[in-house]
Amino acid sequence: MLRLHYNLEKVSMGLVVAIIVAASIGGIVEIAPLFTIDETVEIPEDMRPHTPLELAGREIYIREGCYACHSQMVRSLADELDRYGPYSLAAESAYDHPMLWGSKRTGPDLARLGEKYSDDWHTAHLIDPRSVVPASIMPAYPWLMRPLDTEILSDQLAVLATLGVPYGPEMIEAAVADALGQSQPDTDGGDAVRERYGEGVPVRAFDGDPSRLTEMDAVVAYLQALGTLTNAPYATTVELTQ
Amino acid sequence: MTPAGTLSRNERQFAFGLSIALAVLGFAMAAFAAKGVMAVHGAMALAAGLFLIFRIGGQLYDSAAGPDRHDRYFDGPTRFGVVMTLVWAIIAMGVGVWVAALLYWPEGTPAVPWTSFGRLRPVHTTGIIFGFGGNALIATSFYVLQRTARTRLADAVSPWFVLIGFNLFCLWAVSGYLMGSTQSKEYAEAEWYADILLVIVWVVYFVVYLRTLARRHEPHIYVANWYYLAFILVVAMLHIVNNLAIPVRWNGADSFTIWAGVQDAMIQWWYGHNAVAFFLTAGFLGMLYYFLPVRSGRPIWSYRLSILSFWGIVFFYVWVGSHHLHYTALPYWVQTLGMTFSVMLLVPSWASAGNAIATLNGAWHKVRDDATLRFMFVAAVFYGLSTFEGSFLAIRPVNSLSHYTDWTVGHVHSGTLGWVAMIIFGALYTMVPQLSGRETMAWPRAIEWHFWLAVGGTLVYVVSMWNAGIIQGLMWRAYDENGALSYSFVQSVEAMAPYYLIRTIGGGMFLTGAIICAANCYATFRSAPLMAEPRDVPLRPTPAE
Repeated sequence: MLRLHYNLEKVSMGLVVAIIVAASIGGIVEIAPLFTIDETVEIPEDMRPHTPLELAGREIYIREGCYACHSQMVRSLADELDRYGPYSLAAESAYDHPMLWGSKRTGPDLARLGEKYSDDWHTAHLIDPRSVVPASIMPAYPWLMRPLDTEILSDQLAVLATLGVPYGPEMIEAAVADALGQSQPDTDGGDAVRERYGEGVPVRAFDGDPSRLTEMDAVVAYLQALGTLTNAPYATTVELTQ
Repeated sequence: MTPAGTLSRNERQFAFGLSIALAVLGFAMAAFAAKGVMAVHGAMALAAGLFLIFRIGGQLYDSAAGPDRHDRYFDGPTRFGVVMTLVWAIIAMGVGVWVAALLYWPEGTPAVPWTSFGRLRPVHTTGIIFGFGGNALIATSFYVLQRTARTRLADAVSPWFVLIGFNLFCLWAVSGYLMGSTQSKEYAEAEWYADILLVIVWVVYFVVYLRTLARRHEPHIYVANWYYLAFILVVAMLHIVNNLAIPVRWNGADSFTIWAGVQDAMIQWWYGHNAVAFFLTAGFLGMLYYFLPVRSGRPIWSYRLSILSFWGIVFFYVWVGSHHLHYTALPYWVQTLGMTFSVMLLVPSWASAGNAIATLNGAWHKVRDDATLRFMFVAAVFYGLSTFEGSFLAIRPVNSLSHYTDWTVGHVHSGTLGWVAMIIFGALYTMVPQLSGRETMAWPRAIEWHFWLAVGGTLVYVVSMWNAGIIQGLMWRAYDENGALSYSFVQSVEAMAPYYLIRTIGGGMFLTGAIICAANCYATFRSAPLMAEPRDVPLRPTPAE
């Protein structure tokens, strides 16, 4: 063996090939089987993709680096089930490009955040976290009250559709209108969003003012959607307790 | 270091053409994007291109560089790389201390988006890993490659292309985060066109490396070069796969990764942990395997052990990424594989650390007297400790406590401060006098100050984060006698305050040391050479040997 290596050291391309082979095996063994995941991870029937407004909120969540301090992955540990709710299923992030499971909890996990707090609470918390949680160390995001730029939304939905997220042509076409509609209750626009994305989709003035569409509307809509895209995780827990 | 002094007329013309291409590319990006992050990045490339056009163009037809330049090593790019290493060190460590302070003092953020914690945090990580670590790796790899192969770099323009292109990538990345442009993939946040630039830079880097190896005057390729090669090859593989994305528009920075959900998580941490393995470990082991023997005057203790540890690291490391995903929705068997290989990885890791420390046998008096060698010794010790801790944290039940807490942050910093930064400083203090034609640094006493600030800062940082993480983990899982959770989440946040303060002080100490190092290097580069002829490894083997 030593002799073999003694000779290998004289051939630079030999080293190159050996390094590539040695470093590829682990990745191939662990990653390749995950692409047969369609057969092992069943997407629940009630699972919906994010609405355009929620998607815009998700992009702002990424822009501001929220994932650096908040995970979105409840592990299958007793204290996490008690603190946050049912553990996260693979199917829940099947439409997420990229996933936002996170790696650090400077703040709490957010996978089960949706509808736990009111829209007013979220708006107040994002503008000044210490006004509602005095001991919080979260930064304030007062600039989220600026108008939301929706111009790119249709193109974003179109790209996600090519990657396999179930956005139909009609959804892509109406993305900008749907973003506005979801923030204006009791309008035709709001009804149209429900028609396309499901009856359960909340249509509210998330930032408290239906007359304008702000980044706050988008972020709060996204936070309120976390953990609510499918009922499957909650159904699993019920089965277990019965 | 003028272009005319080191480049031939043909090389200057080629470099001039590349500068024009960069300026045109920058202008096209700015004009095509018209607004947003990509337009700003185009303007940056245009400015860099124009600067180079004037710098090279001014000397385009000066007399040819002397033919004797072929009798010397080509160290201009290495000097530039050293300067950029120190510039990024101060920027990125400064941002690190600042964001650490924000966790203790959250009201310290002004209400402007670009100063927000979430945008600054990737500036710190990218600035350290790529800016500080990457420049140090590229600069030392050119230096080490030439001396261990006893040949001049195969080409004069491509090393400059690699360093300038790489620093443009770093600048695009961190300025993008400040403007809110990020892919959100940890340690791979840069947007798609910056990723493409890095691929081009990396291919050129690989080609110049192999071409230089092909011209070597030594039959054997020295072990340091195996590590640098593994670093170049595997980082390319990881970078390309993890960053596959579709831009939303060709004239905008926004893109979506092609991976989703559980596949994305696995690929992200396959990338993430191997960025640790092949960026922050393999390349730096290459540095260690050259500078430690050179500085201590002792040959590597065991040749066989270095073979074992090299192939062990290359093969085992790639499996371990899934230990970042214990108890998640990732299939259980993948988690178990990751855990198993993480534990096995301890063998090659400790073989490397042990080999380095045993090399110092017979030179312990030098370790006592020479702060530069002590930097390298401490680096090897922290490498051993961090890899032990890493294997330990990868074990599933331990991970249930440590994951998501500041223990991970402490672990990462014992690796980056204790191992990566220490070996860089050891290499710089060995290399900078050599590059300046001197025997010692301008201020030898300052190295001693830097050493103790660095060791002290690392220990203060790591110990405070261990405490913070373990307390956090225990508070999250504590139940009272009625079977209810004992603490709310925000109580665990409040408990962190003293540790976040102490951590900031530790980081501040480390930053102070780095600033002393930068000043010392500046003074050394500026001072007149003390030796008429720099003592160096002969470029070609002399017949008398």
